[in-house]
Amino acid sequence: MTDSKVSVRSVDRDELLVAETSEGAQELTYRRDTGAQQLGREVGAVLRLDGRQLDPSQFDVESRDDELMIINMGPSHPSTHGVLRLMLELDGETVLRCKPVIGYLHTGMEKQGEELSYVQGGTNVTRMDYLSPINNELSYSMAVEKLLGIEVPERAVWIRMLMSELNRVSSHLVWMATNGMDLGSTSMMIYGLRERELILAFFEKTAGLRLNLNYVRPGGVAADLPDGWEDDVLVICDTIEARTYEYDTLLTGQPIFRQRMEGVAPITAEEALALGVTGPLLRSTGVPWDLRREMPYLAYDQVEFDVIVGTYGDNFDRYAIRLNEIRESLKIVRQCLDMMPRGDYRTQDPKVTPPPRARIDESMEALIHHFKLFTEGFHVPEGEVYSAIESPRGELGCYIVSDGGPKPYRIHVRAPSFVNVQAIPLLMRGGLVSDTITVISTVDPVMGEVDR
Amino acid sequence: MIPLPAGVPAGVVVADALNADVACFPSRAAYRDVVAAFRNDGFELCADLCAVDYFTHPGRTLPDGVTAERFEIVVNLLSMSKRQRVRIRVQVPEHDCTIDSLFSLYPGTEALEREAFDLFGVVFLDHPDLTRILMPEEWEGHPLRKDYGIGRVPVQFKEAPGPR
Repeated sequence: MTDSKVSVRSVDRDELLVAETSEGAQELTYRRDTGAQQLGREVGAVLRLDGRQLDPSQFDVESRDDELMIINMGPSHPSTHGVLRLMLELDGETVLRCKPVIGYLHTGMEKQGEELSYVQGGTNVTRMDYLSPINNELSYSMAVEKLLGIEVPERAVWIRMLMSELNRVSSHLVWMATNGMDLGSTSMMIYGLRERELILAFFEKTAGLRLNLNYVRPGGVAADLPDGWEDDVLVICDTIEARTYEYDTLLTGQPIFRQRMEGVAPITAEEALALGVTGPLLRSTGVPWDLRREMPYLAYDQVEFDVIVGTYGDNFDRYAIRLNEIRESLKIVRQCLDMMPRGDYRTQDPKVTPPPRARIDESMEALIHHFKLFTEGFHVPEGEVYSAIESPRGELGCYIVSDGGPKPYRIHVRAPSFVNVQAIPLLMRGGLVSDTITVISTVDPVMGEVDR
Repeated sequence: MIPLPAGVPAGVVVADALNADVACFPSRAAYRDVVAAFRNDGFELCADLCAVDYFTHPGRTLPDGVTAERFEIVVNLLSMSKRQRVRIRVQVPEHDCTIDSLFSLYPGTEALEREAFDLFGVVFLDHPDLTRILMPEEWEGHPLRKDYGIGRVPVQFKEAPGPR
C-alpha cells in the first residue's frame, strides 16, 4: 500500500479515476460492447494519424457479430518467443483485431537497478535482452562513462566493437533459427543454433560465460582477448559466412518460404516512424537509419559496412535484412581483426578500475581501492544522460540519473522490443491466423527486454 | 546549442546537456506545444519517454527559471534529418500528477506513457488506454516511486487463496 497522499486516487477528478486500473482492463471485449473510438485504438494507433482516419468496418463488411470469435493466444504459446499474450478477434481465418498483452516477465529490473552499484549494474542490464547481452552492457557502460567523463582506451573500444558485432551475428542466428522453426523448417532451427554455438564458445573463452556475460563494464571490458583469439574469430567468420549461403539455398529461394513471407504484413515508413519503430523493422521500409552509421559511437566511423534496407516493408524484407546484416557484421569483425590496436583493455583510473590482483598483496592503496570499489562502488557525478546504440533489434537507449552517489538514482532502458511490439496489431490487421506466427517472428521481440 | 524551432512558446528554458544533447524545460502548459513545434521542425521519432521520481534526490541542477517538482517526465526526441537529439524535461507536481499525452503527435508513445503511468502513477490526459501494462491489473501502488518500499508489500497473486 502506498501512502494515500501520493496516490493518484487523491486526484480530485472523477474521469481520472475511470482511467485508472480495473480488473480486466486489458481484455479484448466483444464488438457489440466496444465503442468506435476504442475499436480504432485497438486495431492500430497509427491509423489515426492526420488525414488517415481509420474505418473500423473495413475488414468486417461481410461478417455478423455472432460469427466473430475472440481467442487468446499465449502467453505460453511456443511461437510467441517467450511469454507474449495476444488477444485476437477472428472472422474465420482473418484477424480483425489484435491486442498484445505484456508484463508476464516483468521482474522490476529498473527498480532493482536503483539498488545495485554502478559496478554491479552490468549484471542487471545484461539480463534484459538475453540474446544480445553485450549490447545491453555497452549501452549502460557508455552512459556511465559519459556521466563520469572518462575516456576508454583504444583497444577496449575495438574489443567492444568486435564483441558487439559477434553478438549481433549470434542474435540474428537465433532469429533465423526460430523464424525457420515457425515456418516449419525445423532443419533451420538446428543449423542456426549450431552456428551460434561457435560464437558462444568464443564468448565463454573470452568472458568465462556464454549468455549473461557482464563483459563490457564501465571503463573498458572485463578481460583481454584470449591468446589465439585471431584464429578463433577467423574460423567463426569463415564458417558462418559460408553457411549463410547455405541458408540462401535452404530458405531464400524456397518457393513455400517465399510465399509465406513475400508481401505479408507490410508496414510503411510513415507508420513505422509514427510508432517509434527502429531497427530492421524500420529499415525494411526503406529508411536507411542505423545508429552505427548515422550517429557513430565506438569506432564505427572507421570501419566499412553497408546499411541494409528493404523496399516493401514486408516479412521477406525483414528476413533479407537480418540475413545480410549477419554478413555485414562479419565484415566489421574481419576489419576489427586487422585493425585491433595494442594497449590497455580498460582505463587505468584507479577510482573506476580495480587494481590487478598482484598489486593488492604489496600496496596498501591498491587494497583500499579494491575494497572500496567492491563494497561501496565508485561515485558518479550528479547529472543525467541518455546513450543510445544500435542493438540487433533497434535503438537501445539507457537513461541514467545520478545523484552523486555510488548507485544510479534512476535507470531506464529504452528497449527496442518494447516499442516494436506496438507494431504487431498494425501488421496483423487483415492477415491470416497462420501469418500471426510469422509477424511475431519478424518483429522479433525479446520478452526479457519488453517486460524488464 | 540548436536554435529553437518556430512555434515554441516564449519562456521555455533551454540548456546544454551532456553528450551534445540539448535539454529543454517547458512548463506543463506549454509541454505539448513545444513537442509539436519540434515535431514540425523535423524531429520525426520520439525515441523515448520515461518518468523520474526526484522524491529523495538531494538536489539537482536545474537552469534558472525552472521550479523543481517531485516528478519529471523526460522525452527524448530524435531528428533523423539533422542527426540531433533533444531532451524535453517537464516538471510534474506531486499534488496534481497529470500531464498531456503525446499520443496524437507520436502514436508510438502509447506504451511508454502507459509504462510511466503504471510504474509512477503519472496520469496522461487524453491517453486512449491508460491501464497497467507491466504490473497486474489489480496491483496497488506504483513500484518505481521512491516511497514504494522494496519488500514491504507481500507478493500479490491473482486469485490466490488468502494467507493460511
